[in-house]
Amino acid sequence: MRKIWLVIKREYLVRVRKKSFIIMTFLGPILLASILILPIYLANNSQDIRNIAVANQKDFNLKDNELLNFVNIPQHEINNIKTNFKDSPYYALLIIQDDTYSLYSNQQVTLNVINEIKRQIEYTLKFNNLKKLGIDDQTLKSAEQNINLKTKIINEKGESTNTHSEVSTGLGFLGGILIYMFIFMYGTMVMRGVIEEKTSRIVEVMISSLRPFQLMMGKIIGVALVGLTQFLLWVMFTVALSALAEMVLLNDVLLEPSSTESQSLIIAQIKSLTSGINLIQIFILFLFYFIAGYLMYSSLFAAVGSAVDAEADTQQFILPVTLPLILSFILIQPIIDNPDGSLAFWMSIIPFTSPIIMMVRLPFGVDSWQIIISMTILISTFIMTTWLASKIYRTGILMYGKKASFRELLKWLKY
Amino acid sequence: MTKYLLKVKNVVKNYGDYIALENANISVPKGSIYALLGPNGAGKTTLMRIINQITGPDSGSVFFNNERLNKSHIFSIGYMPEERGLYKKMKVGEQALYLAQLKGMKYDNAIKNLKFWFKKLNISNWWDKKVEELSKGMAQKIQFIVTVVHDPELLIFDEPFSGFDPINAAVIRKEIMNLSKKGKTIIFSTHRMESVEEICDYVALINKSKTILEGPIKEIKNEYTKNTYLVELDNSNLEKNKLFEFAIKNNNCFQLSLNDGISSRDALDFINKKHNILSFKKENPTMEEVFIKAVKNA
Repeated sequence: MRKIWLVIKREYLVRVRKKSFIIMTFLGPILLASILILPIYLANNSQDIRNIAVANQKDFNLKDNELLNFVNIPQHEINNIKTNFKDSPYYALLIIQDDTYSLYSNQQVTLNVINEIKRQIEYTLKFNNLKKLGIDDQTLKSAEQNINLKTKIINEKGESTNTHSEVSTGLGFLGGILIYMFIFMYGTMVMRGVIEEKTSRIVEVMISSLRPFQLMMGKIIGVALVGLTQFLLWVMFTVALSALAEMVLLNDVLLEPSSTESQSLIIAQIKSLTSGINLIQIFILFLFYFIAGYLMYSSLFAAVGSAVDAEADTQQFILPVTLPLILSFILIQPIIDNPDGSLAFWMSIIPFTSPIIMMVRLPFGVDSWQIIISMTILISTFIMTTWLASKIYRTGILMYGKKASFRELLKWLKY
Repeated sequence: MTKYLLKVKNVVKNYGDYIALENANISVPKGSIYALLGPNGAGKTTLMRIINQITGPDSGSVFFNNERLNKSHIFSIGYMPEERGLYKKMKVGEQALYLAQLKGMKYDNAIKNLKFWFKKLNISNWWDKKVEELSKGMAQKIQFIVTVVHDPELLIFDEPFSGFDPINAAVIRKEIMNLSKKGKTIIFSTHRMESVEEICDYVALINKSKTILEGPIKEIKNEYTKNTYLVELDNSNLEKNKLFEFAIKNNNCFQLSLNDGISSRDALDFINKKHNILSFKKENPTMEEVFIKAVKNA
């Protein structure tokens, strides 16, 4: 045990002292925030207002909105625009003739533009048809009503709480992506550490002092602690940041005399937004899936590292290891769309995908029996992969100068 | 007191279909300097890995101080492998301390011994340097220190002088001899037989995964040179005869192998009748020659 402890200490200290660790610790939350915010930001900003030329035979009144700007053009200009489309200020040309509706453009028209135009035309047609039936404008206007659908979750006692599925979605994404990032970052860190020991040839010196398993586990645990340290620093950093943001926000509030709220505006907001979501459960399970998922994958990464001589040779072995990770990453969106479907269920049970997928599902509520099964399978798989990996590892680290094949890896299991 | 510090008995090791060791037997006397000789790929490194418990034998047994080899013996063995290296990004002192602690040393003791060795090899000012800043020869000195720092009873050096320049090799050789004088047992493993033969008392020859010869180096050489003499004449016309076979070494120098029952005197008399003898002496072969002959006979 003393030896594992020594190894853990070295692996930990060497890494947290690195400049890259310190930089990542500060950059991480910013990077993560930008990964989450940037797509939304870009999506909102990149949509310039698009001009649609409308050659209108009938009496359509298409309404402009924040995306589209309709410009009526006379019939004789149609050909002019068509021949010089590139130079025209229009994104698309809509021609309405009798009962045919055509949209011309020099590029693929995006789906939301098509849908919006279609919706408006259909709406107008419906409106006109109803008018013909003798219903006056006033009646039609009053028949229109916008509502806000509130979603609530009922527990066993029949009590209901408000939910915000946007928040669940955000949390699911965040949890899944964090686990994915951590496993990838720290798994490859373990792999690189093993390769470093092999290429620098220190491994044989080490192995004459301790067992290969001790060296491997020491490294895995040491790197895990680096990961946890980083995570906790990120949490602290984020809390500090939001406290700062709150102070700034609070100052604004205080400037407005009408506002009486002065205490913990953000926290109160977070509380109301996350009602119905068991944050403590998610946090604890996040730590569990992070540690167990990491342990399972990092032992495989360590085995891969032991089987090669240089990082460039890892490709063929790394693919089968990372494939389930990448697959679960890709499937985050479909799982969020249907967090209780059978795809979601099975992927949160299968141990190679469960760390990511379960984190995605948790904010939407998952039955405890599913969580327990998933955790049990993950733990037993982690024990199995560690055992297998240590067998490959102890042979692999002493093989120099050649890259092993899959067949050889299988053979090593028997030594 | 037992005579042998280390005994390897009938050790077999296979890697799949590949036989790395087949019935390896060596007995290393306490306090001796023992050479493990053999060409590359003969199984020397595998044998040393078994002694260091890096791998286990498929069958056979190893005894250290008359006890079956076990984990506690790791602390009594210092091993400098052929494939050696250090963590490049780590500071020299920190790294030496880490490796010493892994060999079971307490922190204070490790510091004390390391400072002693750093001073002895004149490298005290390297303590805070990173390994990647050192030259290969410098790194080898550190490697030597971490091998001996825990004051082990048995020291094993695999190809010890490769990577050293002649001056540093001499320094290390001197330190090894000092350790031997203090009663430490030393095993050298090398395929460059000439590099160690003058400092070793005992030798084992390994070829194609078998130990083919083992014993005190003098006895082995004597056995090999039994009835073998070198004679130098003033001409090159030694004729065939019934007393001995001979081979031309160079110019007028011949190697004689006396037939059974013939004494050196008989041979000398015979030659003396026809030729002027410039010199006549017992052959003193190199280990390499012994080895080649042993391989042929095996």
